[in-house]
Amino acid sequence: MTEKTSNYRETNIDELRHLVTGRALTGETMLLNMGPQHPSTHGVLRLLLELDGEIVLNCIPDIGFLHTGVEKNMESKTYQKAEVMTDRLDYLNNVGNNFVYCMAVEKLVDLDVPERAQAVRVILAELTRISSHLLWIGTSALDLAAMSVFMYAMREREMILDIMEMCSGQRMMTTYIRPGGLWRDVPAEFDGAVRNFVNIFPRRLDEYESMLTKNALFLERTVGIGPISQEDCIRYGITGPVLRASGRAFDLRKIRPYSGYEKYDFTVPTQTAGDVYARYLVRVQEMRESIKIIDQAINKLPGGPIRSSNRKFVPPPRSEIGVSMEALIHHFKLWTEGFPAPAESVYVTAESPRGEIGVFLEGDGGPKPWRIHYRTPSLLNLQVMPLITRNHFVADLVGIIGSLDVILGDSDR
Amino acid sequence: MDAALIWEWIIKSVVILLVMTGGFAYVTLYERRVLARMQVRIGPNRVGWQGLLQPVADGIKLIFKEELTPVGADRLIFILAPVITVIPALIVTAVVPWGTEVNLFGRIVPLRLADINVAVLYILSVTSISVYGITLAGWSSNNKYAMLGGLRATAQMISYELALGMAFVGPILWTGSMSLGDIVSAQKNLWFVVIMPLGFIIYVIASLAEVNRSPFDMPEAEQELTAGYHTEYSGMKFALFFMAEYIKMIGVSMIGATLFLGGYQGPFVDAYPWLGPIYLFIKVALWLFFMIWVRATLPRFRYDRLMAFGWKVLLPLSLLYIVVTAVLRLLVGG
Repeated sequence: MTEKTSNYRETNIDELRHLVTGRALTGETMLLNMGPQHPSTHGVLRLLLELDGEIVLNCIPDIGFLHTGVEKNMESKTYQKAEVMTDRLDYLNNVGNNFVYCMAVEKLVDLDVPERAQAVRVILAELTRISSHLLWIGTSALDLAAMSVFMYAMREREMILDIMEMCSGQRMMTTYIRPGGLWRDVPAEFDGAVRNFVNIFPRRLDEYESMLTKNALFLERTVGIGPISQEDCIRYGITGPVLRASGRAFDLRKIRPYSGYEKYDFTVPTQTAGDVYARYLVRVQEMRESIKIIDQAINKLPGGPIRSSNRKFVPPPRSEIGVSMEALIHHFKLWTEGFPAPAESVYVTAESPRGEIGVFLEGDGGPKPWRIHYRTPSLLNLQVMPLITRNHFVADLVGIIGSLDVILGDSDR
Repeated sequence: MDAALIWEWIIKSVVILLVMTGGFAYVTLYERRVLARMQVRIGPNRVGWQGLLQPVADGIKLIFKEELTPVGADRLIFILAPVITVIPALIVTAVVPWGTEVNLFGRIVPLRLADINVAVLYILSVTSISVYGITLAGWSSNNKYAMLGGLRATAQMISYELALGMAFVGPILWTGSMSLGDIVSAQKNLWFVVIMPLGFIIYVIASLAEVNRSPFDMPEAEQELTAGYHTEYSGMKFALFFMAEYIKMIGVSMIGATLFLGGYQGPFVDAYPWLGPIYLFIKVALWLFFMIWVRATLPRFRYDRLMAFGWKVLLPLSLLYIVVTAVLRLLVGG
């Protein structure tokens, strides 16, 4: 029998002893395996818990159950085709993933984006933020057994998904934003649908708030639960609503504006407590701010092209192909070979609903990326679990997972 | 004691059992439909007219499901636990009067199975048994989630049964009898909910905890403990737990309606005794609606807060309520 040489090595149980207290080894405390199949671990997160009664002494997150190799897969596809994979990373922020990827590609090949495309991108990204937060408000309320909010949130999320479908023909995996602009212009009904949503949504948000914000039982389950300090957030690299709930007004849309965010008037909501309730308040307020941004963007939506006219990178419109030889050649070249990108590396960040999402993209002169790496907020936010769940009840643990709003597709990649 | 009387008892027992099990089936449908309406959904409406055959379909499904017994489970107790849970739920309403007396085929038939003089004690003792079933189910499943659920059930029952028992004291003090028949008769003109609203509120809260309903559904908190004490149960054994929970819901609604909402009392019930069961049915249906409404609205209590609430708020309040009721009774003149 020949031994295969591999870097992979089973982890020895002795190496993990330090993760639990000595009492676990004598059987005095209980080790509970929570997940990966568990209703409240939001996907396939596995938590190994050491429990003293119902109190969590240690919580060891175990990730990797949703590892899909997306980043590696993208390296074998052309720049346009690799984008389709990005939808599958953080499936609640699909537009945001496309968005940041396209910005990275545009930066790498130095491609301009027309005004109209930028504004539509902002509208769609903010709609996605709301839809992600809606799913979050629903599921995290459901984790605390307030079940109706979930259904109400789904009702509004449906409206957003309908808008996505209207634009791209797809509800979740849109791939609507393309390097250099958009796939095609928004349909005529888009304007009305977005305005309708902007009108309805604030009232609906009031409805959710009336069920949760001042509900004594909800307060009891959230105030003071899983607090995290600003220093710890920074130490662990936590961004997004979790960081803002602990007092730091860090939002990339304000700090490093992209795609014309500097033109819109909005505030970055913050709270100081850093607990589950603060995160809830921040996210609810963020939805209101997003509505403000959408409202401004739809009112000021400029006309004009929705794609860059740089034919070396952006395929020509269908109408040109029939009449222009050059357009036909460009079309053929772009969809068979792809466009070459310089052997440089870029790093672009954007604000996802969960925090800072970054794309590191390195070209090698050919039409396929040499290396792509996503810096995803879920992975970094998840690290803090052992710290903030200590000495909480199992019931609170569920609320804390919900409040961090981790997406396992985002963290495992 | 003639043979006809024995037959009467047997028939009435069978009727109660059938009403309770049938009621269980339709309470599940009722809950699903009402909950769906509250959550902008439609709910099951495909099986039969307006989904009326849905419970039958569910029952058939559960009967044909495979019964699993986990490795390392204590087989005897694992099988016994659902039985211990469901039987008290089935027999607890035996002492609740459904109406006065009706003339059936020339025979005066009282619309109650047993009008015993310790009815309230009977209810308390019988309902206390069912928690053993839950605890044993949690313990015998050889599953950590189930055990946590079982332990929670124990702690919860101890904290809430006290307040529940105290809530019973008010009507007993007022009537001077533990018989539910006497308690209902005493509410002919004025329901006890008007005289002792505090007792009514305590009863409502404690009874929600008693039947493990939201916001006190700790033992089966699906978000934390997957399914709590019945995680490892499948098929008919699971159905028995389910049945126990819903029958207990009907039971506590019935007892609550009897103690505080005048039971079968209502307009024209003297002239037409058949109206008694109908009034009781309406009151129970409203009570169940309230329970479902609460479930649709409130988040779950946390286990330790629940205990604190039980011991530090509900128990002192119920003591106060007894004192107030006793003083009131003296002033009114007994």
